[in-house]
Amino acid sequence: MTPFTYFRPGDAADAQSRGALPGAKYLGGGTNLVDLMRESVERPQTLVDVTGLSNSIEERPDGSLLIGAAVRNTALAENRAVRMRFPLLARGILAGASAQIRNMATIGGNILQRTRCTYFYDRDGARCNKRSPGQGCDARDGFNRMHAILGASPACVATHPSDMCVALAALGAIVHLQSAQGARVLAITDIHRLPEDHPEIDTVLAPGEMIAAVELPPLPFAVRSTYRKVRDRASYAFGLVSVAAAVDVDDGTIKEVRLALGGVAHKPWRALTAEAALKGKPAGEAVFWAAGEAELSAAQPLSHNAFKIELVKRLITAVLLELTTIPS
Amino acid sequence: MSAIKNAVEALAKKAIEFAPDTWLPGGKPDPLIDHDHGLIGAPVSRLDGVLKVTGRAPFAAEFPVRGMVYAALAFSTIPKGRLRMLDTSAAEAAPGVVLVMTHNNAPRLKPTPLFNSSPKAAGPSDLPILQDDRIHWNGETIAVVLAETQEQADYAKSLIIASYEPEPAIVVFAEAKAHARLPESVLGEPPTVESGHAEAALAKAQHRVDITYQTPHYNHNAIELHGITLYWSADGHLFVHDASQAVVQAAWTLAEVFGIQEEQVHVSSPYVGGGFGGKTLWHHHVLAAAAAKVSGRPVRLVLSREGVYRTIGGRTTTEQRVAIGATADGHFDALIHTGTAAMTAHNNCPEQFTFPARHLYAAGSFKIVQQVADMDMVANTFMRAPGESIGTFALECTVDELAERLAMDPIELRKRNEPAEDPTSGKPFSSRHLVEAYQAGAQRFGWNKRGMKPGSLRDGEWRIGLGCASATYPYFRMPGGASRITLRQEGTVTVQFAAHEMGMGTATVQTQVAAERLGLPMDCVTVEYGDSSLAGSFLAGGSSQTASIGAAVIAAHRELVSQLLTLTDSESPIHGLSVDDVGSLNRGLCKLDEPARFESYASILRRANRDELTVEAKASQPLEIMHWSMHSFGAMFAEVRVSAVTGETRVSRFLGSFDCGRILNAKTAASQFRGGIIMGIGLALMEETQFDERHGRIVNPSLSEYHVPVHMDVPDIEVIWTGIPDPHTPMGAHGVGEIGITGVGAAIANAIYNATGRRVRKLPIRLDDLMVMI
Repeated sequence: MTPFTYFRPGDAADAQSRGALPGAKYLGGGTNLVDLMRESVERPQTLVDVTGLSNSIEERPDGSLLIGAAVRNTALAENRAVRMRFPLLARGILAGASAQIRNMATIGGNILQRTRCTYFYDRDGARCNKRSPGQGCDARDGFNRMHAILGASPACVATHPSDMCVALAALGAIVHLQSAQGARVLAITDIHRLPEDHPEIDTVLAPGEMIAAVELPPLPFAVRSTYRKVRDRASYAFGLVSVAAAVDVDDGTIKEVRLALGGVAHKPWRALTAEAALKGKPAGEAVFWAAGEAELSAAQPLSHNAFKIELVKRLITAVLLELTTIPS
Repeated sequence: MSAIKNAVEALAKKAIEFAPDTWLPGGKPDPLIDHDHGLIGAPVSRLDGVLKVTGRAPFAAEFPVRGMVYAALAFSTIPKGRLRMLDTSAAEAAPGVVLVMTHNNAPRLKPTPLFNSSPKAAGPSDLPILQDDRIHWNGETIAVVLAETQEQADYAKSLIIASYEPEPAIVVFAEAKAHARLPESVLGEPPTVESGHAEAALAKAQHRVDITYQTPHYNHNAIELHGITLYWSADGHLFVHDASQAVVQAAWTLAEVFGIQEEQVHVSSPYVGGGFGGKTLWHHHVLAAAAAKVSGRPVRLVLSREGVYRTIGGRTTTEQRVAIGATADGHFDALIHTGTAAMTAHNNCPEQFTFPARHLYAAGSFKIVQQVADMDMVANTFMRAPGESIGTFALECTVDELAERLAMDPIELRKRNEPAEDPTSGKPFSSRHLVEAYQAGAQRFGWNKRGMKPGSLRDGEWRIGLGCASATYPYFRMPGGASRITLRQEGTVTVQFAAHEMGMGTATVQTQVAAERLGLPMDCVTVEYGDSSLAGSFLAGGSSQTASIGAAVIAAHRELVSQLLTLTDSESPIHGLSVDDVGSLNRGLCKLDEPARFESYASILRRANRDELTVEAKASQPLEIMHWSMHSFGAMFAEVRVSAVTGETRVSRFLGSFDCGRILNAKTAASQFRGGIIMGIGLALMEETQFDERHGRIVNPSLSEYHVPVHMDVPDIEVIWTGIPDPHTPMGAHGVGEIGITGVGAAIANAIYNATGRRVRKLPIRLDDLMVMI
């Protein structure tokens, strides 16, 4: 690990002035950043610890939730309003990592974790455009079972590993950003970039810009929602693919639906094509399958992950069937 | 020279084979076999349990030494070639750095004696260690950094810059396989066994199955990382706190490498956080000792988890063919098990996957051929039931397929081919109750609930299947065992032997056994182990320790009785009796057939004016393993649930029914069986070391990417046993550390077939193997 300076700011303004300095990084729970520092992949000069800021969950009169960026993953998953009104989010968070890691990890840190790729982690032994721009990508023709099938580029095929973000994408969460230059809001799906020619840039955040809070707009039909993750062991594994879904069916017709995919792209993937294919149609297996096919028509498999395309379609269908079938 | 030696050994082997039983160790049953209500078998909790869970048991990387420095290792990134440039200047200038050792400034070392090349040799390979600029595998250590703190060492290591002149390397198994060769031997057994004309019999058989299997490379992942704290004394002695399953062998081998006397190296390892075959001697031992010598400072070296993957070998890749030809009523006309294991040109560990087929079934003809294929990779090594774990996967899946072909219950098919004597050696079995184990296991597991037709049991999207397979592992006892017993007048005893406790329960079990043998309560007996200065040499490997220690304590106990008898005078009720007439009972000695003739240890010593008596004796040579065919057995039962949507497999129930001789401690033995089964779940469903085929680099060197089972992957595991003593072993016992993993892969694969109708012949079996098929 490269030596660094640790700084704990008194307030957000203090944090933002420090965070804007060259070589500075915001530190949440450290469950990803510190790992990468241990591997000498990240070498910040200064860590600005923001875990003392904004750690409340506010239920607002309009039914929305405002979640401070420093709220721990466990606290959010256990929040009563989240469990009652946004069950897919609680399930998404609980599908990720381990209890110990969730106790440490913050909401802001979860969003800003780097994409996952074993070649990215191997500083000495592998080429990676994300770690060293222009170096080349060893994953594309290497072990790429975990890698992207949607939105990848020749430069990078890594996937964003967050489960929480997939649920947030389905919920249409809004991210509140702050910097010395002012505040702005962005949809969660506009935070992360696709890799294109610059995989070293994971998000659209400006230098020094930090996440202050995440807002969940009201979405009454999300009471009927779920998150399902498929992985190589029962727990503590990154998802091969995952589906977050909420659906509103009226008299057998899909009125409204939210669908997002994990493990398929460089960012949490809101399945807008599938949503459009579902809206107004009768709820049923054939319709669900067709929606999955529509969403995955652009998928491009790598040497080890073609199975993901079939798996996503099956998972979309199974999850929507589960949500639209009234238990007998 | 070696031809003459081999001829003499072959003659001796024949003589032992035909010798009368009573001439041999184990010819006369250990009297402890008849102790039914004492300490043997009692579920005693482990004596070091409280120390361990309260953090008071010091492990190798926890011993503080004044002036100690910390080590970090830099690894090569090519599989073969030369270092063109190795720039350590920035690392040397970094804060706290004491030494950067490379091939340029490492001390000149003697070659590392390769494991099995002499009785105490423990070298993982005979490669030179940091002696020149050559690279032999991707991940070989190219530099050792010593610094005042671990953080400084790690940082300085990250500043080392290396470039290479690569040479063509063989890093793909398929390529290596094309040049497979027969090894000289497979752990002392011939690589080839042929009887009859198996291929012809197969071709003519009424029913035949002929299948090829692939198993991947697996890595060691003991919870405790390989740690070492060591220093040189002013008079040239090397003191090593190690995480070791071979203390005497490590000491001897280090002495050879550094050109000093065996007595000058002291290896201590009282607590080890899991070994599984991975904690013998490796390069980091030599590197730490060399760096301590160059720097003049005590050194602590703990491999990172990545370091374990890069520098410690694991279970090697194999491709295996199993073919069985059978009659309509299921009798085997031909049994063929051939294949190839990946190895290196520098080690000798051929992964004995054909061993189960040599002993499990009667057959009209056999063809067994085991080859190795040299690759440029870290030397592979022993890993819990090397050979048998993956060998039973191939063999027992094939038996299941044959049963299907014959429309016969797979347990019935196994019964019909149960051999009366060892089918390839012709020797009598010392103890074999596999059929009983199947009967008990099948009843307990509810085998009769299995649907003969695959896919017939369902629960929503989940397909439920049951499968079974045989488990088998040899009984071994290593030569070189010895122990020392000190008996004190106040009635306490210390028993010492240079064996190992890696969490299996050795210390607890051997205290139980020694107390029972000496006629003492457990709290009067202290067992000392885990130090190369103690008596004998033992290897915590091959499930051999329990019997090896047992035989050593039998010998020392006999010597103790003999010397106590010479101390008695004519007033003693046992005076003048011979060792064979006397036994230990109630804190003293008595005449075996006349227990009233008794004198306590305290009385004998007091009247002889002795405060204490110390004896030491060597164990008998383990000739019993040449006279009988000695193995443990088991019947493994798995229930799996496979999702028809995703192909995910979850093991929902597991039962192991074992036949491993007398069980010495019901609690620690059950933990060993369960631990083996859990490791077998990993072997079957998730573990795999991924080598990038372009340059042989391991791409998943961490516990987040190399998947071992987590709690949610492990169901309730029931274990039962026959408990029938082997009359020819110390205590009637067999080692139980390794058999638990054997048969698990096949039981799970067979259950998956029963659930889905799909055979997967490549491990690990993952959801993409199943999803597209359902």
